[in-house]
Amino acid sequence: MVLHLQHVSFEYVAENGFSIRDVSLTVERGSLTGLLGPNGCGKTTLLKLMAGVLRPGQGTITFAGGVLDDIPRRALARHIAVVPQETHPAFDYRVIEMVLMGRHPHLGPFALEGPGDLAIAHDALRATGTAHLASRSYMSLSGGEKQRVVIASALAQQPDVLLLDEPTASLDLAYQLEVAALLARLNHERGVTIVVATHDLNLAASICRTLVLVRGGRVLAQGATETVLNGDTIRQLYDVDADVRFHDRSGHLTVVPIGRIP
Amino acid sequence: MTSSTVATAVDGGLRPIRLRLALTLVGYGTLALLACVLAPLVGSTSISLSRVFDRSIPFADNVDAQIFFLARLPRVLAGATVGAMLASAGVVLQALLRNPLATPFTLGVSSGAALGAVLAITGGATAGLGPLSPVPLSSLAVACLVSAIIYALASRPGRPMSTNVLLLAGVTLNAFISALILLVQYFADFAETYRMLRWLMGDLDVGGFLPIVTVLPLFVVACVLFATLPSSLNLLSVGTETATTRGVSVARTQRLAFVSTALATSAAVTVAGPIGFVGIVVPHLVRLMTGVDHRIVLPASALFGAAFLVGCDLVARTVLAPVELPVGVVTAIIGGPFFLWLLVRRA
Repeated sequence: MVLHLQHVSFEYVAENGFSIRDVSLTVERGSLTGLLGPNGCGKTTLLKLMAGVLRPGQGTITFAGGVLDDIPRRALARHIAVVPQETHPAFDYRVIEMVLMGRHPHLGPFALEGPGDLAIAHDALRATGTAHLASRSYMSLSGGEKQRVVIASALAQQPDVLLLDEPTASLDLAYQLEVAALLARLNHERGVTIVVATHDLNLAASICRTLVLVRGGRVLAQGATETVLNGDTIRQLYDVDADVRFHDRSGHLTVVPIGRIP
Repeated sequence: MTSSTVATAVDGGLRPIRLRLALTLVGYGTLALLACVLAPLVGSTSISLSRVFDRSIPFADNVDAQIFFLARLPRVLAGATVGAMLASAGVVLQALLRNPLATPFTLGVSSGAALGAVLAITGGATAGLGPLSPVPLSSLAVACLVSAIIYALASRPGRPMSTNVLLLAGVTLNAFISALILLVQYFADFAETYRMLRWLMGDLDVGGFLPIVTVLPLFVVACVLFATLPSSLNLLSVGTETATTRGVSVARTQRLAFVSTALATSAAVTVAGPIGFVGIVVPHLVRLMTGVDHRIVLPASALFGAAFLVGCDLVARTVLAPVELPVGVVTAIIGGPFFLWLLVRRA
């Protein structure tokens, strides 16, 4: 067990009622977990709670046995990295600079990165297929390239856990497949524990071994993908009628939405 | 790690940060030093360097030495420190607010300083504090008061500062305080109004070393705080949540950034009045030359800001000699079109 949420509730004070309600879930070490749910169900909030960006109003979150809130920010960043849905820097950093920012938690307050850090950054660039972009300006990249660079920056943190918020939301089909393959590879080859919030049910079905279904701030179901992903749960989650079948050629479940249930 | 890996990483991006920082400090440091050494030698009256340092002539009889040590050197040092502080404050605020068009005057601290100055002038204040004469004292006091008000407005217990509130409160207070300054001017007599206008134009004719020495502690504290910020500012400029998840204590960094810029701006305006555009022109020129990494941009801007303001003051002293222009007019003439160019370029 890496991350464990126990009866966690959270409420945005300034907003009207949106909250996470009594969520308990466990993210096992080395797992690849998908967070699924409709817009506004609390997926991003759950990721922020797991990353320690938000503090739960009630309940506790533990990481590797310690209470998440008690772990110093810099120490936590050496273990948990986050890839937000979109990243818009105020200044036009080069790609290599964006990736090297991932080394921040590993450096002392006045330390500058050395050859070892550069090698780690370059390794992260290669892992995400962006090594050829190292000298380019981040703002000049396409959406897919930007997303892969941000993933590279997160990898440069050398985290045990990678939390991704809709990493394929703005990508075309080819890039979606590329990012999906990258996540599967990172999980399989490097043993990185991954939690990915997504609207893409087929992406989740193709790479996630575990799913957590969230609606209205509550966990509707959680467990192995084959068990949790079916027509009934999709109906409960999205009010949508869908066919869920095993696809021989792809080797995983596929979801074909049929129509909205009135 | 293989040597080819490192070579590719370096070739594919930039020179290693340590080398870039060393080159920056040497290059921009030399420029600032040259400006500070050469500027006192130039002016509407020619002076001889050998006569300035000729110990056989009593100081009271050595006009060249008097011009050099009493008029020009303090002015150049004031220009260098004020330029360095305003440029650094500009860099930090632009990252803090994630807005490349922010300036040290965006937060209203300089307007506060200006209000303090015009109140002291119109009130005929005579009481100073130690080495601080009434106008700088009042200027510094009101600048600190305005900083405290903005800080209180933007702070949220246990959470990062609201940069939106910071920006909007600064803009609103700027407008409000400008109205108060006009009100004070309306009731002032001609002599007072003239003094106010001259102060508001910004001027480095500080008349000695005392004004610089007096605010030196504020400059030193601001510099120490600035030195702790650059790598966190990089991440802050990418986004507060990204910064948080990369290990930056966002609330602490924001507090340090705000306090350091408020101190630097208050002290700079107290010494020289509100000299505009240094805090936006210098950081952007430096970024064009060095890239946008704050570990390079911040020290480079401080050194280039020092050279820039000393250079602008040299122009102000000599272009219409023997008449001297306020240096704020020169920086505005350079900075206004530059700012517009920047807006168009960004659009």
